[in-house]
Amino acid sequence: MGCCQKEKFIFTDISKEDKNNIDLILKKYDGRKGTLISILQEVQEKYNYLPIDILNYISLKTGVKPAKIHGVATFYTQFRLNPVGENMIMLCQGTACHVNGSKTIEESIFDELNIKDGETTDDGLFTLINVACLGCCSLSPVMMINDDTFGNLTAEKAKQIIRSIKEKSKRKGA
Amino acid sequence: MKIIVGQGSCGIAAGANKVYDKLSYEIKNNNLDIELSSTGCIGMCYLEPIIDVIHEGKKITFVNMDENKVSILLNNIYTDNISVNEFTIDKKDIEILSKQNRVALKNCGNINPESIDEYINTDGYKALEKVLKDMSPDEVIDEIKISGLKGRGGAGFPTWFKWNAAKNSPGNKKYVVCNADEGDPGAFMDRSILEGDPHRLIEGMIINGYAMGADEGIVYVRAEYPLAIKRLSNAINEAEKKGYLGENIFGENFKFSLRIKAGAGAFVCGEETALLESLQGERGMPRLKPPFPAQKGYWNKPTNINNVETLANVAYIILNGGKTFANLGTENSKGTKVFALTGKIKKGGLVEVPMGITLRDVIHEIGGGIKEDREFKAVQMGGPSGGCIPKHLLDTSVDYESISKIGAIMGSGGMVVMDETTCMVDMARFFLDFTRKESCGKCIQCRLGTKRMLEILTRICEGKGKIGDIELLEELGTKIKEGSLCGLGQTAPNPVLSTIRYFRDEYEAHIHDKKCPSKACKELVEYSISENKCIGCGLCKRNCPVEAISGEKKLVHIIDLDKCIKCGKCMEMCKFSAIKIG
Ligand SMILES: Cc1cc2nc3c(=O)[nH]c(=O)nc-3n(C[C@H](O)[C@H](O)[C@H](O)COP(=O)(O)O)c2cc1C
Ligand code: SF4
Ligand code: SF4
Ligand code: SF4
Ligand code: FES
Repeated sequence: MGCCQKEKFIFTDISKEDKNNIDLILKKYDGRKGTLISILQEVQEKYNYLPIDILNYISLKTGVKPAKIHGVATFYTQFRLNPVGENMIMLCQGTACHVNGSKTIEESIFDELNIKDGETTDDGLFTLINVACLGCCSLSPVMMINDDTFGNLTAEKAKQIIRSIKEKSKRKGA
Repeated sequence: MKIIVGQGSCGIAAGANKVYDKLSYEIKNNNLDIELSSTGCIGMCYLEPIIDVIHEGKKITFVNMDENKVSILLNNIYTDNISVNEFTIDKKDIEILSKQNRVALKNCGNINPESIDEYINTDGYKALEKVLKDMSPDEVIDEIKISGLKGRGGAGFPTWFKWNAAKNSPGNKKYVVCNADEGDPGAFMDRSILEGDPHRLIEGMIINGYAMGADEGIVYVRAEYPLAIKRLSNAINEAEKKGYLGENIFGENFKFSLRIKAGAGAFVCGEETALLESLQGERGMPRLKPPFPAQKGYWNKPTNINNVETLANVAYIILNGGKTFANLGTENSKGTKVFALTGKIKKGGLVEVPMGITLRDVIHEIGGGIKEDREFKAVQMGGPSGGCIPKHLLDTSVDYESISKIGAIMGSGGMVVMDETTCMVDMARFFLDFTRKESCGKCIQCRLGTKRMLEILTRICEGKGKIGDIELLEELGTKIKEGSLCGLGQTAPNPVLSTIRYFRDEYEAHIHDKKCPSKACKELVEYSISENKCIGCGLCKRNCPVEAISGEKKLVHIIDLDKCIKCGKCMEMCKFSAIKIG
């Protein structure tokens, strides 16, 4: 069986709604070359990660080889091929943060959530990702949770921030 | 009355949005006659959140604000003299600001980055008008040549030369690209300019376009800077509306358009040929030069790539003349440079100073010295491509030549300050870990060499270093430099080589004595309890995760070294400083 056939098979798996979503994104970049990264960024914005079936669908629609799409998706750290938790913790491990103790912050997150770099908590609430620099080095150590940046962290402060987010989502869930 | 809140990313991380919201709430609720506005980062990050109150032509700055202080402040404003307030900025901090010479950062922290009118009011787009109406492209390039401006993105290449090469390349379609990738961890000057004064960058890019004959520009911004992307795209929209971007700018026969491309997170994409690949939707792999981007760049058309800070100097040079700029700085390094001061420094933030100032002045005068009055050990300059500068070289002048003479580089201007608690071998390991992860993998020397170096450094930090390791590192370092295609591999060994050069004794202590003099390498330290300080409260015993501590109440406790996992929890908990590390 050739690989194209296999893709066709997978391609039938994606829902009509997904197709519509993707078609809309592709239409925006229609006919313009060199836009693969932008397309993937929009897909990830929509789905929070890059589902493999959807990558195959993009390949079919655009004629870009699956290997190339995969190559680009794995080259850049922004892209994720697996789903992530509801809250994304981006912990800075840049130079300034390293010097000011980001390792301790990582340990405190492990203490609180039992996850390491790249992992998601069992309840799906948090994912931890180490990043290179958030550009707030003067307030190091720094982490970003979703769109909020927190500076001058200590182990205790980091734990408290995470706990308060836990509380909030518990209340939402109840 | 007007109140301005500093809302750069750093200010926001320190709580500026909460302060802004509280102010806005109080003003509305009490019908106060106060105009509320927002600005970017002024550079004094250690004082954030910062707000400026402008009243009857006088400006008073209040620092370290929070929501509670807002009410007190507003009360004071309305009841007595606003200048007498416990939250006002210290005189010394104002002095620090006045010691700087702001060219690229002129407007940062002073104007509202979301208002094109405020930019125009500070002579914004006047340089563009002058260029389009009174100057030929060659005259523009000449002015840049006179200024002596060199690239601020790392390599320090003369800006006029690149512009000229792009201009002289044959072809009608040309591009201007701004490198706003700022991959160097510990540097954040580009972010501050994008967030605090986006129009300055836009103006610089349009002038660049005119000088080289390009009608299209792209800003490649790293994805980790969402606020910068937001403010820049807002600024582009406003500039289009006012006709600074588009067709027939200032009624002249010149058109220029600008767009943003968000990066996707890869340090190597800051390298110019890799950046171009990435712009074209490919993996960001560097290629051999020549051909240079000026000859074959974006879609193989002549392209000029400059750093954000480089372009932020352009409008000043055009308005004030290249000579004025060249009068600042040293013989070979003209103008000012923005530095990001971080690490174990008291007054961390952004500073812009004339080239030629000494490192000592930057760190001790402007930066206020070392946190907790500890000993200065080293300053790391140039990020992963740079080196560590030791104490005895603190009087080195900060300019391209002097810094590279002592084995570091100016780089993009990150200065990470370290004290005696930072281990230099660990720092070298940190940078190698970074470059190994970021290597694109094209060259064997870079891909495997950095991996080998990292293994050796890790071994040394863990107390498993062998005689000959230092020499092996030096040898590998030289080979990686020689055998790598792009700047990443060519500079990756620098942090290792410079720490070996200046801190060889620390390497030797790790290898020969199995000791970490800075007590930072976990595997090489031991925790113990001081007999005459311990009062036997038992707090450490209760908190040790592996039950390594024993002792009766009110008696001296002891640590079982075989059980101890060196987590440091006991030291953190003990209120009597009885836990020692050695
Ligand atoms: C691995 C690597 C990473 C780089 N990262 C950046 C960067 O993040 N920002 C930047 O402006 N220049 C970076 N550069 C330098 C650029 O390749 C290029 O020299 C610069 O953008 C040119 O602009 P300038 O002449 O204004 O400095 C990097 C170079 C290398 C080799
Ligand atoms: S030196 Fe390293 S990063 Fe540069 S092209 Fe070679 S492998 Fe890639
Ligand atoms: S916490 Fe300090 S004082 Fe208390 S038992 Fe432990 S070492 Fe002794
Ligand atoms: S360092 Fe950690 S494991 Fe060791 S004695 Fe202290 S608390 Fe226990
Ligand atoms: S090093 Fe952590 S924010 Fe820059």
